[in-house]
Amino acid sequence: MEKNQQPIIEVRNLDLSYEDYDVMRNLNFSINKEEIFVVMGGSGCGKSTLLKVFIGLKEPTKGEVLYNGKSFWEESDLEQQEIMRRFGILYQGGALWSSFTLGENVALPLQLYSNLSASQIREVVELKLALVGLSGYAGFYPSEISGGMRKRAGLARAIALDPDIVFFDEPSAGLDPISARSLDDLILQLRDTLKATIVVVTHELASIFAIANNSVLLDTDSKTMIAMGNPKELLNNSKDARVIQFLTRGERQGVV
Amino acid sequence: MPAEKISFDYPVPNTLLIKISGDWGIAAGLPLADEVTAQFISHKDIQQIIFDTSALTKWDSGFVAFLFHLSRECSHRNIRVMPDGLPDGAQKLIVLASKVNEKVMPQKPRPEPFLAEIGGQFLQLNERILALLNFLGETAVSFVRLITGKAYFRRDEFVCIVQRCGADALGLVSLISILVGVILAFIGAIQLKLFGAQIFIADIVGIAMARVMGAVMTGIIMSGRTGASFAAELGIMQVNEEVDALKTLGISPVEFLVMPRVLALVIMMPLLTLYADFMGILGGFVVSTGFLGINRVEYWHHTQSAVKLTNVWIGLVHSVVFGIIIAIAGCLRGMQCERSSSGVGEATTSAVVTAITSIVVATAIITFICQILGV
Repeated sequence: MEKNQQPIIEVRNLDLSYEDYDVMRNLNFSINKEEIFVVMGGSGCGKSTLLKVFIGLKEPTKGEVLYNGKSFWEESDLEQQEIMRRFGILYQGGALWSSFTLGENVALPLQLYSNLSASQIREVVELKLALVGLSGYAGFYPSEISGGMRKRAGLARAIALDPDIVFFDEPSAGLDPISARSLDDLILQLRDTLKATIVVVTHELASIFAIANNSVLLDTDSKTMIAMGNPKELLNNSKDARVIQFLTRGERQGVV
Repeated sequence: MPAEKISFDYPVPNTLLIKISGDWGIAAGLPLADEVTAQFISHKDIQQIIFDTSALTKWDSGFVAFLFHLSRECSHRNIRVMPDGLPDGAQKLIVLASKVNEKVMPQKPRPEPFLAEIGGQFLQLNERILALLNFLGETAVSFVRLITGKAYFRRDEFVCIVQRCGADALGLVSLISILVGVILAFIGAIQLKLFGAQIFIADIVGIAMARVMGAVMTGIIMSGRTGASFAAELGIMQVNEEVDALKTLGISPVEFLVMPRVLALVIMMPLLTLYADFMGILGGFVVSTGFLGINRVEYWHHTQSAVKLTNVWIGLVHSVVFGIIIAIAGCLRGMQCERSSSGVGEATTSAVVTAITSIVVATAIITFICQILGV
């Protein structure tokens, strides 16, 4: 893949906490344009909290997150809204609005933030659903389709406005291996065709090795990041036992 | 303007050249696909479409949506689309969108004919009545198990439920009951003043509150407050599969979740009703002595002589019946909740509507029975 080495997201000296409980300290990394960046870590290490900070739902305790050089939490509400509008987010369960059909779910962002006519919105919705393999499902309600399809419909909604950055929260959670694999393929295809930057929060090793260009590994015990880089290279080159253990599901103990 | 973004040419016979220029973004607005369709109608001999996108400055998936729609339209009309002139990314997106991943194309169930719909509704009603009877039976069995000491439920949680539907409701019950007392006193005063019999306000307020109003008002408050909360709580548990988890552990959800709630309300409703009776009488007392010039001691004596113990008992019977109705309606609707957020909303609404309607019907029945018994 052609690499565009310009950071779209920069994380500087970031501390995360819940009230008095520290979750993560001193995170420093950047995410380049059009790359697939994976935030890895064990359960409860703060991956989802970090994602909340990324998507503007939770303010960090310290430090900053920059989007194209703009520090998100120092911007005005209006500017924050503007930045957030360039995000697409796929939540863990799809988070589709249950009283809307799939078509209406995808159409809502378009109705809010574009000047397209109803028939044009229908065309865009048709395309987005077709892109995730759900063509013909616009009239279905989320309760009428399977979990994997709900996730793909959630993805169609996430890419409705051609976002610059798409965030995925545990995309393979709850999916069978084949569906998980096809979602991974879809992520790669969408990155290549929509030219979006993709940030994935996950601990699924198969997905990590299949899609990630770059990654950061968060550690619960030391409460900070312990590795950064391409996961395959980390597996081959890392000297840190914790990194090797994580990337081999504990099968290799690593060099201490 | 959209009109400038697209133009048509026929360089070779039977071939439509679509020249695309400018910014084709979702935000910038898109030309209508109808413009192309109009060309198909005016030139019936078109066999293929080619593109010239050399003047296209910017595009996003809005452009691709236009092309995707166009390519479907063309396949209906047997017109070939030559994608060579399109940007590379757009071609890839169209290929991706054209893959049909779902093996079976979906078929949304058609709406049933009118008569079938009515028949279906009737059968559903039948099922609902059976489900209600089943639920009542299970609840009754769980009470038998409670009496025999075999019921399994958490005592701590029961105490919490008692607190939530008892002590926590005191503020609201006080406010509403005092106001009901005040209203009864004022309405009574207007009529009784005509006969100089204002002192009988004490009788009206006392008997009305103790016999029926205290219980009915508490019932309505508790339907909205506790009944709705039971339905939402059990509904969310149903959505989160917590109820299924209990079943698979061999614990009866009715015994574990429903019985403690019914018991809590059956215990607390009479107590709240007695409290509401007292508060209503207090409201009447304040208005009568403060605004209508009735002597305090006289009012108190009148209330004492008017409100017989029978009235209080009838009020308490109402309250126990209401307690059962509210708890059963809330829990039943919660347990029947569909697994979606709108399902929880429907369950809650339905619990409150069922409870309030049943309370009014039950009041009418009890009043009728009292009439027959002459109490």
